[in-house]
Amino acid sequence: MLDLFSGFIIELRNAGLPVSLTENLDAMHAISHIPLEDREAFKYALGATLVKNQAHWRSFETVFEVYFSLRGPEYSITDGDGEGSIDDLLQQMQDAQMKGEGNGGAGGMDSLTPEELMNILMNALMNGDQALMRALARQAVQRFAGMEPGRPVGGTYYLYRTLRNLDLDGMLDKLMEASKKEVGGELTKLEERLEKDEYNDRIEKFKQEVEAEIRRRLVADRGAEAMAKTLRKPLPEDVEFMHASRDEMQNLKKSLQPLTRKLAARLARKRRHGRKGPLDFRNTVRHSLAYGGVPAEPKFKYPRPAKPELIVIADISGSVAAFARFTLMLVYAISGQFSKVRSFVFIDGIDEVTEYFKKTEDISEAIHRINTEADVIWVDGHSDYGHAFEVFWDKYGKEINPKSTVLLLGDARNNYHASQAWVIKEIRQKARHVYWLNPEPRSYWNTGDSIVGEYGTHTDGVYECRNLRQLEAFVEKLA
Amino acid sequence: MDNRFESVQSVRDGLKDVNYLADDGIAGVVFLAERLGKPILVEGPAGTGKTQLAKSVAELLGAKLIRLQCYEGLDESKALYEWNYKKQLLRIQADRNSDAWSDIHEDIFGSEFLLTRPLLEAITSKEPVVLLIDEVDRVEVETEALLLEILSEYQVSIPELGTITAFQIPLVFLTSNNTRELSEALKRRCLFLHVDYPQMEREKEIVLTKVPGVTEMLADQIARIVRSIRQIDLKKAPSVSETIDWARTLVLLGLDSVNAEQAKETLHVLLKYQSDIAKAAKELSDD
Repeated sequence: MLDLFSGFIIELRNAGLPVSLTENLDAMHAISHIPLEDREAFKYALGATLVKNQAHWRSFETVFEVYFSLRGPEYSITDGDGEGSIDDLLQQMQDAQMKGEGNGGAGGMDSLTPEELMNILMNALMNGDQALMRALARQAVQRFAGMEPGRPVGGTYYLYRTLRNLDLDGMLDKLMEASKKEVGGELTKLEERLEKDEYNDRIEKFKQEVEAEIRRRLVADRGAEAMAKTLRKPLPEDVEFMHASRDEMQNLKKSLQPLTRKLAARLARKRRHGRKGPLDFRNTVRHSLAYGGVPAEPKFKYPRPAKPELIVIADISGSVAAFARFTLMLVYAISGQFSKVRSFVFIDGIDEVTEYFKKTEDISEAIHRINTEADVIWVDGHSDYGHAFEVFWDKYGKEINPKSTVLLLGDARNNYHASQAWVIKEIRQKARHVYWLNPEPRSYWNTGDSIVGEYGTHTDGVYECRNLRQLEAFVEKLA
Repeated sequence: MDNRFESVQSVRDGLKDVNYLADDGIAGVVFLAERLGKPILVEGPAGTGKTQLAKSVAELLGAKLIRLQCYEGLDESKALYEWNYKKQLLRIQADRNSDAWSDIHEDIFGSEFLLTRPLLEAITSKEPVVLLIDEVDRVEVETEALLLEILSEYQVSIPELGTITAFQIPLVFLTSNNTRELSEALKRRCLFLHVDYPQMEREKEIVLTKVPGVTEMLADQIARIVRSIRQIDLKKAPSVSETIDWARTLVLLGLDSVNAEQAKETLHVLLKYQSDIAKAAKELSDD
């Protein structure tokens, strides 16, 4: 047990969770108060003592699944179903089959045709029958995933294979139809939406079952340590913008909001504190009235530093679009910290998009409009920094003043066009600061058609912004 | 010390008796906190019942709830203790004629002249106490250090008096809305509990227990609609307390089922931003 436990802790640390020694000891104390056979309680005991940040919970869960939920004799993998605890489920399943279709449940699961299997699944989803769904997930994985021991393939491959065979999207439509029939007549829009949500929820649960099953089998095949390594995912704040998958993007978006709140609170606090000013004579005299004219309570003038004016110029071509979107979202979410924010986007043409943000308080809608409406294509829709900067200078150059801070976002992959770096030089002479944020790893800079160095010499600094953590650090420095 | 709770299940049942529906995570952490004698740091979106949890546990244990509301600028004299200097002055003046300075000195720094503030009060109380430190993320990082001694050792050191140790270990809840990262030192001393929006079934139960006069069917509909709305990308998703307000509104309107039209008209109870209301109304009507 101790070995397993310390392996678990080490894996958590490897996944990036800061687990201290005292927390480790606390966890040991905690589980001595919890009945070990209660898996849920065990998990929460560990979670409460080891994980102190909600963003880390998912990583914790994954590691936990691998280390703790999958051991014990009842989980030994047998090729055919129908041993030990599985028996009960099988029995249930046959019952369900009888109810559902009326034909006598002959034989075990293996003898079912795919169509029958689908029907049972549909019934299970209709009734929200958890146990049956779990059994079906097992059967589906065994049947469709085609898992072979020792085959060096990731779990996602098996997941994909299983789900493709099950056609869950089609299942949703069928479920909707069935429920319509059940009610006998048309559903109102609202009812339809609610039904759909309900089924989506159940299908999602089923998918999770399938995933857990695949993981269980993989762990049995390869061992927990190896498995944990392949499942290790970066924490949301460490996910790279340029290579994030769709799921990771969703998570990033979710973690962006609390982050902006934190950042705004921190910046506002920074502005208020730590500044001493000269004596405010008028204010002191006014307050002295309360003490009979004795200036007992001196008042000071706190300087209020001017908020910077921000001009964001972002490359939104395919490769760096995600990064530009996140930066714009972050900047606008804390726009209260700047006196004015103007934003421009470009690919090979450039367009001002400040208006989109002004018209709506919903940032994601504004981002959507940028993607669909902004006029950023000039010739062929391949990044041309040189042309974009030149046009910017012609059109808006005179509006840059000593209060403005200019942020340039992009990887500076210019497709071998002319760089027009003189524009940046001119901008820098007029503006307070010019910064360049590059979402590429530093080692890729100035390779191939990247000319970030050429632009960089004219700026006050080029920063690597591969993930939320780096972006946050930069924005804090900026305001 | 006696264990106040038998098992996780007993915590859960007990909380249910005082109208707080806990899930396994919440009940488990409360149980552990009591067993390990550790504070709980409760985090989560606004309006998910973080403060209510502390109140309910206090009610369950029959303990006194002592609440310290945190805010920027909170300091020692408001959180821990303060010397009652007016009384001290009076004491000195009353004894002006006597000359034994050391007597007076001993005298004026006695517990008689100490004004207890919530944290000290919680420690010195002889009855069982639940201490709620609300919105701890509002104090500055430096002020957090005030809490460390009391949270890990359950004692307060007063230079003039020495160390005051707790008669009994209070159950401590700290709540945070996560507007800033709390310091490692504080987090390390606490059990961490994240309270999120409840699952649909639990939300339905909550509506049923909290709103008198609501029918099973209406509660079910409410929970489903709220879940649906939470999936839309909104500035502020509806919280549990807003769900309950909405349920009350619908009951007051005398409805026992709700259709899209009625839902749209009462959305302002559930959502607090105009853009959110518009968005949700659009989603609900034409899907």
